[in-house]
Amino acid sequence: MSLFDLFPSLAKGAALTVEVTVLSALVAFAASFLAGFGRLSRRKSVRALTAVYVEVFRGTSLLVQLFWLYYALPLLGVELPPLAAGVIALGLNHGAYGSEVVRSAVLAVPRGQTEAAIALNMTPWQRMRRVILPQAFVMMIPSFGNLLIELLKGTSLISLITLADLTFQGMVLRTFDASRTFEIFALVLVVYFALAYPLTLGMRGLERRLTAGRV
Amino acid sequence: MWSWPFAWQIAPELLRAVQTTIAATLAGFALALVGGLLLAFARRAKPRGVSLAAAGVIEFVRSTPLLVQLYVLFYGLPSAGISLPPFAAGVLGLGIHYSAYLAEVYRSGIESVPRGQWEAATALNFSRRQTWTRIILPQAIRPIIPVLGNYLIVMFKETPVLSAITLVEMLMTAKMIGSASFRYLEAFTLAGMLFFLLSYASSLLIRRLESKLTQR
Repeated sequence: MSLFDLFPSLAKGAALTVEVTVLSALVAFAASFLAGFGRLSRRKSVRALTAVYVEVFRGTSLLVQLFWLYYALPLLGVELPPLAAGVIALGLNHGAYGSEVVRSAVLAVPRGQTEAAIALNMTPWQRMRRVILPQAFVMMIPSFGNLLIELLKGTSLISLITLADLTFQGMVLRTFDASRTFEIFALVLVVYFALAYPLTLGMRGLERRLTAGRV
Repeated sequence: MWSWPFAWQIAPELLRAVQTTIAATLAGFALALVGGLLLAFARRAKPRGVSLAAAGVIEFVRSTPLLVQLYVLFYGLPSAGISLPPFAAGVLGLGIHYSAYLAEVYRSGIESVPRGQWEAATALNFSRRQTWTRIILPQAIRPIIPVLGNYLIVMFKETPVLSAITLVEMLMTAKMIGSASFRYLEAFTLAGMLFFLLSYASSLLIRRLESKLTQR
């Protein structure tokens, strides 16, 4: 037996890992912006509500949230399939971290920019879309890149709620021949790295492209 | 539905398990503090081979999941003749994983020490060792203490992953209570609340420490 016979099932697992990463990244991205702007809202109730969401998801751990959604929620009458539980837990957890990124980036745009936009008679929506967000978004990219890597790594936890991702496939392969455990998991690590490294490079490239020409 | 009597009944068992969680966090953090500093030194080493190797290790460890790293240590190493008990494997895994993160933190601290400090140490005829221990490290570590504290909390929240290598910490205890009684709701909710209380309290402490450090 060589390393190559491990590839087919690891590739199947990697496909699910990528799928879950993409789906939860979308959830996380939406949650980041909703909660990030929610915390900057003028209404106190919105600020309080989003603060509770952010603190609860940042204060408890991802695996606890995942288990809670998968094992405890059915007892309250809501039964989620494992994929949905995984995507929601990963998305909301990283969304909570992402909301801080959005919030701090929006606050970091100099105040004069808002004032200039008001002076130019822009509506609040135009101000946000044309002036604040383009500048804030550039500042968000490095942190979002790091969060995306954390998210990819976090998907390994869904193997613990019966989803057959890359880590899960490694565990299955191990049951066939326990003496190869070391090489199986070493290979799994290499596959994760192969998935993560292009993301790191891509984010660096994106940052360079968006900051080109700016001071 | 939620039952308070049951929640009170299982609370002591969960509180006992918190001790394992905290012990694993602290031991892993101590390991990461040392490992991170060593990696940061290796990253700055003169020989190009050493610094490149350190950079590679840092990048690789940071880009791969802790869970799989733990599987390598716990299930993989025995085939190489090294069997670790769950606690040791868990602490080692946490320590290695966060060494890679802390190496970058140390690096930022070291780089923030002004060049003049190095020059002054040379001018005063300090040896390399003295320069590091008396001049550079004290100034490099002080500003990064809050960041290190945040990583301590991050590691605390990461310990439930250790349940996957059969370490009976808080989440594993909650899961065992749940599967024995089919009352997952109380067990996991209480575990979550304990995590929240402890991590939120420590983050407030660190915020206070941070404002104290910046005051001076």
